[in-house]
Amino acid sequence: MEHEKTKLLSEISEGQRAVIVHVGGNGAFRRRLFEMGFLKGTEVHVDKYAPLKDPIELILKGYHVSLRVEEAARITVKPLPKEERL
Amino acid sequence: MTTRPLTIALAGNPNSGKTTTFNNITGTHQKVGNWPGVTVEKKEGRVTWNGYTLKVVDLPGTYSLTAFSMEEIIARDFILDTKPDVVVDIIDASNLERSLYLATQLRELDTRVLFVLNMADVMRARGLHIDTQKLSELLDVSVVFTVGNKNQGTESLLRTIVELAESGKVAPAERRVKYNSDFERAIETLGSCIAKHAGNRLPYNLRWVSIKLLEGDPVVQEKVRRRLGEDADEVLQEALRIRGRLADFYDEEPEIVMTDERYGFIAGIIKEVLKSSTEKRVDFSRNIDLVLTNRFLGFPIFVFFIWAMFQLTFSLGAYPMAWLEAGVEAVSRLASALLPAGMVRELLVDGVLGGVGSVLVFLPNILILFLCIALFEDTGYLARAAFLMDKIMHLVGLHGKSFIPLLMGFGCNVPAVMATRTLESEKDRILTILINPFMSCSARLPVYVLLAGTFFARNAGDVIFSIYLLGIVLAVLTGRLFRSTVLRGETAPFVMELPPYRAPMVRGLLIHMWERSKLFLKKMGGIILVGSVVIWGLSAFPRQSDTVMRLDEKLRVHRTDLEKMIAHGAQADRIAIMRDTVRSLERAQASERVRGSYLGRIGRWISPVFEPLGMDWKASVALLAGFVAKEIVVSTLGVLYATEDESADAKEALSKALRDSGMTRLSAYSMMAFVLLYVPCLATVAAIRREANSWRWAAFSVAYSTALAWIVAFVIFQVGSRISGLV
Repeated sequence: MEHEKTKLLSEISEGQRAVIVHVGGNGAFRRRLFEMGFLKGTEVHVDKYAPLKDPIELILKGYHVSLRVEEAARITVKPLPKEERL
Repeated sequence: MTTRPLTIALAGNPNSGKTTTFNNITGTHQKVGNWPGVTVEKKEGRVTWNGYTLKVVDLPGTYSLTAFSMEEIIARDFILDTKPDVVVDIIDASNLERSLYLATQLRELDTRVLFVLNMADVMRARGLHIDTQKLSELLDVSVVFTVGNKNQGTESLLRTIVELAESGKVAPAERRVKYNSDFERAIETLGSCIAKHAGNRLPYNLRWVSIKLLEGDPVVQEKVRRRLGEDADEVLQEALRIRGRLADFYDEEPEIVMTDERYGFIAGIIKEVLKSSTEKRVDFSRNIDLVLTNRFLGFPIFVFFIWAMFQLTFSLGAYPMAWLEAGVEAVSRLASALLPAGMVRELLVDGVLGGVGSVLVFLPNILILFLCIALFEDTGYLARAAFLMDKIMHLVGLHGKSFIPLLMGFGCNVPAVMATRTLESEKDRILTILINPFMSCSARLPVYVLLAGTFFARNAGDVIFSIYLLGIVLAVLTGRLFRSTVLRGETAPFVMELPPYRAPMVRGLLIHMWERSKLFLKKMGGIILVGSVVIWGLSAFPRQSDTVMRLDEKLRVHRTDLEKMIAHGAQADRIAIMRDTVRSLERAQASERVRGSYLGRIGRWISPVFEPLGMDWKASVALLAGFVAKEIVVSTLGVLYATEDESADAKEALSKALRDSGMTRLSAYSMMAFVLLYVPCLATVAAIRREANSWRWAAFSVAYSTALAWIVAFVIFQVGSRISGLV
């Protein structure tokens, strides 16, 4: 697991899935993300980018949520191969 | 059976169907207001069920109970301080895991909690099954299933609420989130420290207080300080010490570790109670989104919806508006006919009916607009609109959701300011409110049409467009300025849920619309009434001056002459001439009246302020009067220039008078810019004061916009004069 390369969530392309490795950023923002379920080990599906390429629509824990690209860039993830299902 | 009313608080995530459940329970017996001191909406309802009186309070929708936002603090404080008999947690059954996060926090408070698994139908459609027996057992709570938008399960919900309230059951200490051993030990140590120092001075659950202090919750720290006074220091220092130790050990803030632990606890529950069938299911919501937020179709569809909303609000709304206008006019005429000429009649007709009537006519627009917004909100489209627009709005330092209120401003700033309620962050809301008046509303259009039509005949359209553009540019600049000064701070993070699309409930839409309109009528009515009477008073007093009396005398003579001529069958053309003379005398008298009135005096007194902008005292008076409503600028100019206002060519006459008055293209443009920017009308100021919940913001808005108007008009006129002087 550890030898695989990590990426930023903002670098994951549409339709891909990834597992959260680390959430960065300042206190309040980070805490908010945690409370919304952005926890280490959680699987995230990048559903789509807005027409202007910002924000991003994500699916995690069975619900849809949007994040700005700059905010997604504070989250480190490990991309999952397309077919694999957790 | 008790006779005392039971207090029931509804808690839950945003989009969990909380408001729908509230509507189902209370019907139309609702009271909408604000929580004291903040702009967060408070809804309360009363209902009797089987002889019990229930006072139901709809808490703000939150994802958690930390001190992250105003909403969370309000919800938490209500539960802590009011100690409701039952807290009903509305849970989106199709979104159980995240919903349980709030639920576990509610369970940490000493309160009787009841879980409502709402949207049970969506849950089943998604192939999910929840073992309620197990859930109820694991967390030791009662669980009720409902389908809010079909009003199913409301009866059993009410029954369970009353049963729970009457059971006198104390919330059990077990079945709460258990943290890891380090944290449990820390909670215990801190707990006993608090117990030692506080005695019984803290009316809260000690475990909860310990947890919150370990999380570094500033609101709870303040509560402890207030309750314990001197003794608080030791408790807080101990909390800080343990917190520091935990942070060092985990190399992470304790609150983050605890969030992780809570979700871990929830994962355990989910594993036991949630069964997901493997059958293939269609996600309607995602299919709709494939179109509505599509890369190519998303924006055209959005533009279409907005266009449709505008058309409905302002084009369709124009019909009932015209009927209301006709109604107001009929009442005015009736009052004029019934009352003897004099001050009382003028006060009623010109002051009260004129002022209140001019606002009342907006009611149809407001009704339609809020129906549209409620529709956007209840279906889930509003979140998508914000998703589409966020990139653009973020450039101004705003949230995607600010777009709709700003756009509405082009129609009328009053409902636009009211529409800012859809914004969650208070700073975003206030910023959106403050820049809203720069969106040129439709009431300003008649002024532009008059001035641009008079002075820029052929390019009138372009000139008016440039004024609209000027407003938008200044709104952007103002937004950026305020973001870095008075409303400093980051834009709220865009962690926004995109809820599944839902069919709206007609009843919900109607209640929403009615509540908005009631607020509009009540609050606007009061302030508008006072304001219009004041402006009327200023323009109607003092009643007499030498010139007015001289004109009065002349008028009487001429009127008698006219009557005589008619009686004696004089030639038609001579009668017509005499009639014209009488009319022009009447107009001269009206003009003289305004000139001599307090309003006219103030106008002439402050005219030096307007001189550098290229405006004379008449324009100053018109601008002052325009504070009530900006259309009044035109009618006041009409009165001051003593032009006919009832004939078909009234506009033409006023145009000619303006051209003769020495006004130039430049001063006309400067005046248009001033009208665009200066003090939003009385109704808007009232709306700002209401929505920002403070006179300070309303006063700030008035001062800022007027100062900006003056500076911009000054620059336009002075720079323009220099340039044209050079050419």
